[in-house]
Amino acid sequence: MKIHEYQAKELFKAYNVPVPDGNVAFSLDEAKKAATDLGGFPVVVKAQIHAGGRGKGGGVKLAASMEEVDTWAGEILGMTLVTHQTGPEGRLVKKLLIEAGQKIKKELYLSLLVDRGTASIVIMASRDGGMDIEKVAANTPERIIKVHVDPLMGIQGYQLRQVGFSLELPSSAMKPFSALVSNLYRFFIANDCSMVEINPLILTSDDKVLALDAKVDFDSNALYRHKDLMALRDLDEENALEVEASKYNLNYINLDGNVGNIVNGAGLAMATMDIIKNAGATPANFMDVGGGANSEQVENAFRIILADDKVKAVLINIFGGILRCDNFAWGVVAAAKKTGINIPVVVRMEGTNVDKGKQILEDAKLNLTTAHDLFDAAQKIAASVN
Amino acid sequence: MSIFVNKDTKVLVQGITGNEGSFHTRGCLEYGTNIVAGVTPGKGGQKMNDVPVFNTVKQAVEKTGATASLIFVPPPFGADAIMEAADAGVELIVAITEGIPILDMVKVKHFLATKNCRLIGPNCPGIITPDECKIGIMPGKIHKKGNIGVISRSGTLTYEVVDQLTKLGMGQSTCIGIGGDPVNGTNFIDVLDAFEKDDETHGIVMVGEIGGSAEEEAAIYIKENLTKPVVGFIAGLTAPAGRRMGHAGAIISGSSGTGAAKITAFKDNGIYVCENLGLIGQVCKDVF
Repeated sequence: MKIHEYQAKELFKAYNVPVPDGNVAFSLDEAKKAATDLGGFPVVVKAQIHAGGRGKGGGVKLAASMEEVDTWAGEILGMTLVTHQTGPEGRLVKKLLIEAGQKIKKELYLSLLVDRGTASIVIMASRDGGMDIEKVAANTPERIIKVHVDPLMGIQGYQLRQVGFSLELPSSAMKPFSALVSNLYRFFIANDCSMVEINPLILTSDDKVLALDAKVDFDSNALYRHKDLMALRDLDEENALEVEASKYNLNYINLDGNVGNIVNGAGLAMATMDIIKNAGATPANFMDVGGGANSEQVENAFRIILADDKVKAVLINIFGGILRCDNFAWGVVAAAKKTGINIPVVVRMEGTNVDKGKQILEDAKLNLTTAHDLFDAAQKIAASVN
Repeated sequence: MSIFVNKDTKVLVQGITGNEGSFHTRGCLEYGTNIVAGVTPGKGGQKMNDVPVFNTVKQAVEKTGATASLIFVPPPFGADAIMEAADAGVELIVAITEGIPILDMVKVKHFLATKNCRLIGPNCPGIITPDECKIGIMPGKIHKKGNIGVISRSGTLTYEVVDQLTKLGMGQSTCIGIGGDPVNGTNFIDVLDAFEKDDETHGIVMVGEIGGSAEEEAAIYIKENLTKPVVGFIAGLTAPAGRRMGHAGAIISGSSGTGAAKITAFKDNGIYVCENLGLIGQVCKDVF
């Protein structure tokens, strides 16, 4: 689960990770009040969306006066910000962070994430922080230092020094920097983060270290033990149908094609999308109803798929393991009765209780096409939309 | 022969009295798996389908000599259950549980490094040696005894592959789902190595997905160490970059981990690539 920069910085403060003074604003008036409260210029006006690349997209501006705050805040609030991480449709900006401007001597990069290969927490840092860190990683990977922390031992002093000295910090900044990294590690572990990124982490002209940006991603599987963090979820940043699907524990991602699909299991769902493409059509979504879906979940899955008006046909591909085909079929029947099916639907079922499942669908006399295998299903669905 | 499990493997089930635990324990018993014990804290002394239930894994192992464990406990207790099994001396731990927090698994992984055991999963369908032993949730009857080893990061996708193999007359030596989580126990290379050494396995099907670099590493290992033919499939070629497709493992970052990069790695290292899931049975038939 991602959160906004302003929320991440509030959490940082509680862990003594230094951040600039600032306030969130939901309107132009609030933006001006926030700037007034900071008591001086310049201030930075920053769009708050769950995506990186905001500066390059025009969502971060420096204001030297209240007039400029007015101009920039007015321009950014309500704009559709397009960055390389938002996709071409962009994101509507609904809130701003108004922050005290800093005298920057050096821009650094710092992040913590779980490294799957070594099953440890990896700290990554670079002297070349700022907007082009992705280029640095691609072209000069040796300029990114990685330190692996043993989760049973926790972060050690020598590891902090390894990171600090590699960044060539002035000696007066070493101690505050070590404290910052150590506190950030504590934050990471205590809140079950999957990633924390500060880019840039700055060295100010008076040699202070500050987190100028903050990106935090929490492990969704661990949110059950962090009820306080769940309150930080911003549904505005998520696709409405995806939010609806998450209420029923359905794994759904909206895409831009026209063939809706309902599958059990993430791997099979991805492979089903691939085979739709192979057959010459394009998937409208990823929908994994999960291994143990009940008929109510299936019904909701069907309703959500049909609510997307791009969808011109639906492919159902179920391989019953934990999910029994008869349970699945009852869900389809219930959904069909409630919402009605007026587009082509191709069903392919295999596995546990498949005969019962097929019988239920047949008895319901729904307007469905059955497929005898996956290849056949893909051909039939493609034919129905092309 | 087969790998990791056979008809003599004595299995205990952690979480045997829960909904899923009891349902799938029955499935395994019907298949013929030698399930000797169950564990549910507080329910020691009861029986589930004639299987004695114990309070702790240690007691279950001492009383029954179980060497493998099948785990169904809910995600908040998943890591604890795995560590309990490892501490009790269980040699093979199969964790079905989906949704264990990643930092819990990070700790488990380091804990297991000090123990003499193998973990399969979590978030996986388990392992089956057809006609001998099923430790997992896969539908048993789609399998058939034979000489193809199957290894996969997915659940239902594995069933699809196995079903096609069986329908075309190709039986399996052992089928293993290693799970879709970013931090898991057994990896592709562990299983490939075991299949290479197993006389009954003549060919291998490896089913991967986008995200991480496990397939790329396995591809290099195959070229350097395997003599048996391998057919490879990657799910998620059309998934958009940066979106998470259910499995935490399936996240693309940079160029490594993309479907295209994995397909290239397969081809460069002598693996037969199937790009259409509907045809994987046929591709295997042609290769094996």
